[in-house]
Amino acid sequence: MAKLNMVKALNLALLQEMERDDDIVILGEDVGVDGGVFRVTEDLHRKFGGKRVIDSPLAEAGIIGTAVGMALYGLKPVCEIQFSGFAFQCFHQIENHCARYRTRTQGRFHVPMVIRMPFGGGVRALEHHSESEEQFYAHVPGLKMVIPSGPRNARALLVSALRDPDPVIFFEHKALYHAAKEEVPDEAETMPIGRAHVDREGRDLTLVAWGAMVRVAREAAEVLHTEDGASAEIVDLLTIAPLDRETLVRSVEKTGRVVIVHEAPKSFGAGAEILASIAEGAFLSLEAPIRRVTAYDVPFPGFAREKANVPDAARVVAAARETLAY
Amino acid sequence: MPRTRVEPRFQIDYLSILDSDGALDDALDPRIPPDELKRMYRGMLLARRLDERMVKLQRQGRIGTFAPLKGQEAAQVGSVATLTPRDWMVPSFRETAAMLWRGWPIEKMLMFFAGYLEGGQPAPEQRDLPITIPVATQLPHAVGLAYAAQYKDDDAVVMAYFGDGATSEGDFHEAANFAGVWHVPVVFVCQNNQWAISVPLKKQTHSRTIAQKALAYGFPGIQVDGNDLFAVYAATREAVARARAGEGPTLIECVTYRLGVHTTADDPTKYRSDDEVKAWEKKDPLTRLVPYLERKGLLTPGLDAEVDAEIAAAVERFEATPPPDPLTIFDHVYAERPSSLEAQRTELIERLSEQGPGRDAGDEPPSPPMRGQRMTRR
Repeated sequence: MAKLNMVKALNLALLQEMERDDDIVILGEDVGVDGGVFRVTEDLHRKFGGKRVIDSPLAEAGIIGTAVGMALYGLKPVCEIQFSGFAFQCFHQIENHCARYRTRTQGRFHVPMVIRMPFGGGVRALEHHSESEEQFYAHVPGLKMVIPSGPRNARALLVSALRDPDPVIFFEHKALYHAAKEEVPDEAETMPIGRAHVDREGRDLTLVAWGAMVRVAREAAEVLHTEDGASAEIVDLLTIAPLDRETLVRSVEKTGRVVIVHEAPKSFGAGAEILASIAEGAFLSLEAPIRRVTAYDVPFPGFAREKANVPDAARVVAAARETLAY
Repeated sequence: MPRTRVEPRFQIDYLSILDSDGALDDALDPRIPPDELKRMYRGMLLARRLDERMVKLQRQGRIGTFAPLKGQEAAQVGSVATLTPRDWMVPSFRETAAMLWRGWPIEKMLMFFAGYLEGGQPAPEQRDLPITIPVATQLPHAVGLAYAAQYKDDDAVVMAYFGDGATSEGDFHEAANFAGVWHVPVVFVCQNNQWAISVPLKKQTHSRTIAQKALAYGFPGIQVDGNDLFAVYAATREAVARARAGEGPTLIECVTYRLGVHTTADDPTKYRSDDEVKAWEKKDPLTRLVPYLERKGLLTPGLDAEVDAEIAAAVERFEATPPPDPLTIFDHVYAERPSSLEAQRTELIERLSEQGPGRDAGDEPPSPPMRGQRMTRR
């Protein structure tokens, strides 16, 4: 056991899995000598050499496209896209090929690869360095979309992703990289992809969140507990797709009230699918309309105005109170 | 400080060995063994006859839209014949001749163009990628395969096919750049057939040749007469040998011509003249080879009929194959079906059982659209 932040926890996952499996190679911009701009691949180049930890040319489609070829051959590439906002330059490779090769070849080939991307706001960064794009990937059949919320589950989910036979988009929230340290076991542990985690048990209301919004939900739940005497349950999604509808429905069957919190714009966001799934699976348990607290439907407004746009605990508490009072 | 030249002026070779009248340049003759040459001609003929047959099958509604290769047989057979089965072949969507050469069964290719993904499934151990439709996006895959082969100490070479239009795509340039930087065993085979649907080469690039684009990425490029089997073979054999010896990638520009339509949904009379097509018909890769083979006594009597019979038998097998179960659409999305997909599969099972046990339950008539096509034109 060691107390690690998310960067160190992710680094540990990569290190141990690379020691375990020679077919794992890392490629991306600045991932080698520099150890990645967020240092997630720190020291791996020194340990495993430039053949396994590849400082690639600066080209996202080239990174994902060549990784598809490596995966088709039988390697297990781990790509780092430096910021999720730049992934549109490789989105075609992800949608056209990562997601479809298994289907296209009826199982003859598949593309077991992990695409890591830092995402999310709250770190006072410029345009294209602060957005949340999980909905684009979650919508694509054939992809898995994973978002950890803390060091320990980040490490365990990355190990699972590295052992998964399907392509996994792995979003790492920048605001969580150094936010907290947790005890992380020395021995590799896994967590099932596709399973949500009940982060806090409660009776009166379900808060659904992922990534950095789990912290916001926790803060809101604490306020609701102390100021309103309300007991909020928090479902930390961890995997956006395939969506764990069972856990969502089970929670809502108990609480009857839901607030979904996400950092991406509201319309057509992952919240809409969660809302629909709850309406389909737990309609008769609902005591109030389902609320969504999200960023507004605006392009990145500049980090100086980020606080006005990205959900905070106060907005979640306000929505929860309306839901509880309905 | 003077202005100095950092690179010498470049030059690009153009290679032609068998001219359009069937005359061979002895000094450049790659000396293909006679049996291999007979096999190559048979491969070209099979592709040509199948191509013509498939156009008819499409017109009759028996398969969907497909992209004919007529005119590009030498470019494909001349290059693919330099590979071993342990090498990798990465096609685009017009590589019928190359795919036949690599052992794709005709009936499987018909299945593919009838709209069944089962037809796109390479055989176990077959080192071919399937047809890739988004232009140029297969090229980085070829580079990744080559990297992986090198990583695993496998001396396999990767041959990747694409057209002139693909050289405008970013993926072509990214693939070439990665290949150059990583120095991997890839042979890029560009079939410059002059037209990307309706857009001629001069609107595609202002470069004098496509071959010269390789030089910017630090590896050699060569232009060859793509309708000359011998020139294509000689250039690719050299490139494959270089790749296998660890000398890195090569770009081969095969100057050829799409004698037919872009796809069966295309009408080329709208954008190019009959005179142009006729001029290229005189350079047909098959008709120039026949007199040469005749002179050498390498023409097998009855070959046309034999090839036609092979195609007819395959068409028969294809049409006798019951359509695969519609439920297979859920089989290969993930290694394991998530519960939501399981529920959707159950829904389709119920729908199909309501429709009754019709052989074609869930099947659509074959008319899958491809890039740049008007769906109404059949």
